[in-house]
Amino acid sequence: MNSPDPVASDKIRCDACPVLCYIAEGRAGACDRYANQGGQLVRLDPLTAIERGAPAVPFLECGWDGNPIASRPFLTAVGAGTTYPDYKPAPFIVSEEVEGVEMVTVVTEGIFSYCGVKVKIDTDRHIGPERALVRAGGEPVGHVTTTEYGSKMLSLGGVEHLTGGGKAEGRVTCETLLKLCNKEEVTLEVDEGAAMTIRAGTAPVIDGKPEALMRVGCGSAAIGMFAVQWAPHADEVIVVDDHITGVLSEHQAGRMLGLEPTGIRVKGRRSTPGRYFKVAEPGAGWGGTNVSDPLDILLPADKRKAKPGMTLFMVSTTGEDSAFFRLDEDLLPREEEIPPALVASAERVRENCEPALVSVLFMAGAGGSLRAGVTENPVGLTRSVRNALTQVTIGGAPAYLWPGGGITVMADVLETPENAFGYVPTPALVAPVEFTLRREDFVALGGHADRIRPVSEVLGGAKRVSAPVARDPRDRRNFRWGA
Amino acid sequence: MRERPQRAVFPDGRLGLRHGPIELVIGAEGPARAAALEAAERRFATILEELVAELPLLRQPPAALPEGPTARRMWAAARPHAARVFVTPMAAVAGAVAEEILAAMVASGPLVKAYVNDGGDIALHLEAGATYAAAIRGLDGSELGRFTIRPEDGIGGVATSGRGGRSLSLGIGESVTALAATAAAADAAATLLANAVDLPGHKAIRRVPARDLQPDSDLGDRPVTVEVGPITEAEADEALARGFAEAEWMRGAGLIRGALLHLRGRTRILSPDPSLADA
Ligand code: SF4
Repeated sequence: MNSPDPVASDKIRCDACPVLCYIAEGRAGACDRYANQGGQLVRLDPLTAIERGAPAVPFLECGWDGNPIASRPFLTAVGAGTTYPDYKPAPFIVSEEVEGVEMVTVVTEGIFSYCGVKVKIDTDRHIGPERALVRAGGEPVGHVTTTEYGSKMLSLGGVEHLTGGGKAEGRVTCETLLKLCNKEEVTLEVDEGAAMTIRAGTAPVIDGKPEALMRVGCGSAAIGMFAVQWAPHADEVIVVDDHITGVLSEHQAGRMLGLEPTGIRVKGRRSTPGRYFKVAEPGAGWGGTNVSDPLDILLPADKRKAKPGMTLFMVSTTGEDSAFFRLDEDLLPREEEIPPALVASAERVRENCEPALVSVLFMAGAGGSLRAGVTENPVGLTRSVRNALTQVTIGGAPAYLWPGGGITVMADVLETPENAFGYVPTPALVAPVEFTLRREDFVALGGHADRIRPVSEVLGGAKRVSAPVARDPRDRRNFRWGA
Repeated sequence: MRERPQRAVFPDGRLGLRHGPIELVIGAEGPARAAALEAAERRFATILEELVAELPLLRQPPAALPEGPTARRMWAAARPHAARVFVTPMAAVAGAVAEEILAAMVASGPLVKAYVNDGGDIALHLEAGATYAAAIRGLDGSELGRFTIRPEDGIGGVATSGRGGRSLSLGIGESVTALAATAAAADAAATLLANAVDLPGHKAIRRVPARDLQPDSDLGDRPVTVEVGPITEAEADEALARGFAEAEWMRGAGLIRGALLHLRGRTRILSPDPSLADA
């Protein structure tokens, strides 16, 4: 957040770029994008229209892609401004004929205290216990929530952190949410857990180590997938994983291939044959365990079954770590060079792992004044959204509507234009919201029909053309009537 | 928080780059198009930091030569005017940035045509046969003029200045466009010509010290125009004539090729002098 540095009573310093403009009260800085409003630095965004094929991506990160396709621009609420706290019509209510249907889009920026982000971090590393507090700069901004398949999840922000805690907590929470929503990087620490640097659409960095790949599956799933490739090249294969470690000869897949038990035993608790829980503690080592030497998870071999000369291949569930051993006369594993076929199989495992990414979903509820900007009868909007007559988008990004009462939506920040989110010092986030519906439906729900203007009139004033969305919000397939 | 440089690709293939107050729209045609656009992006990555490092010096009338290549382009564009009027290298910042980026593009390989548009200040590169069509729009978006530039015109920069822009103006010119050999030269000239279109001492013109509006403005306490009330047609002509005389001097000194001055629905055009075209 641009923490204004008060240099004089009525002038503030903007630190959003190296120019560090010194801005007088009521004026904007050199770029016209930041202004001093009553001693507070606020962001003035140009009204933004979305054109398909105009990807707005972070600088220097994507190669040049020519050949885009032009199409009908969609006016987003980025830069539209807000009417809060006045209960008056939204700043822009525009209409346009789309495939023979007159579509109305109500464009406004909403101020959200009830908002936050859900962050999915693709990693098997231990980031901290479930329910642990997540902090930014020492202030609590959220918590670790339920682990998902191959990913850890954070729930950040929300009204309790924004306005329910101390002043610093609210400010830091707002800053953290703003950065994540605007696709910027933040550094977070989990109580009794990891320090992470995350940014939407990029690989997470956990305790200083960038995460490269998501595991292909748990150890047991990996055995199922690769048993046929491994069986000819080793007597035993152990796939090391924090959740379930797989042992080939005991696993159903190995038995179906006719493999003999090898007597090589692993620590942990056996769930079903060839599947073991808790072979080690969670950590930043092999397959999300705390193991850096894979032999640490082995128990002494069973002398009745194990024989000198038996070979053992160990590999992590991302294929990033692997090692090959042969049992000596005392049945102790001795490391040897990995045979080429197994090197290739580890590579295959790695290939089948998707790149680990951080994804950020913005989540918020549309409050009274926002809905009042659309219609004189706010509950009419709620019902219209519920009935799939009104499509909600966040800066043009499709929003998932939570079932139940109210209008609670989630949207992928990667699908919003650059710098689509702002903040007010309350603290609360300012997010672009668009409601799109047929004119007749708009009129039916008591919409401010007298405020409808042709979109062409407003687009002339749109100063910025930005990223495309997954699907045009006006596409008939978004609506109940257009299925 | 600090914003990082941003890039965008427009549907028509042009590249947009933005960092702080700099907003560029870039186009290139020719065999080295992709390389040129990449070169533009690379060069852009540090340009704002480089300028900021020398900002205090660049906000002074041109005396000591600055270090950075962009800063030197600004300095060189402001310097020839400094003996006659108050000017700092900042008068040419947008044009100089456009020029610096264009230079990086042209150095990357053969191009038929390339341009860098920095908020209306345009640096141009044209090979034989290529042309650039520019349209000038007034404060309300209406078109004031349209012209085509050919390589033999010797015009490498087109800049527009006036009360619609972000920068403060000492004069009342609503839209002044200058055509010059380089974008920095055009930018400095357009800034100064917009100042020159003026009615000194007129009651309907409200001015305040630049510092009241932009505390760190290079114009210091000089009065900048905040409002132009009713003026007569004759007065508008008079203001334009002052600007036009200044433009003629600049063309005579070889600083610009031509200019277009606009105020209250009236336009005066100083055509590029053919005798200077191959200079
Ligand atoms: S107002 Fe704009 S130009 Fe000035 S410091 Fe802030 S971001 Fe940079």
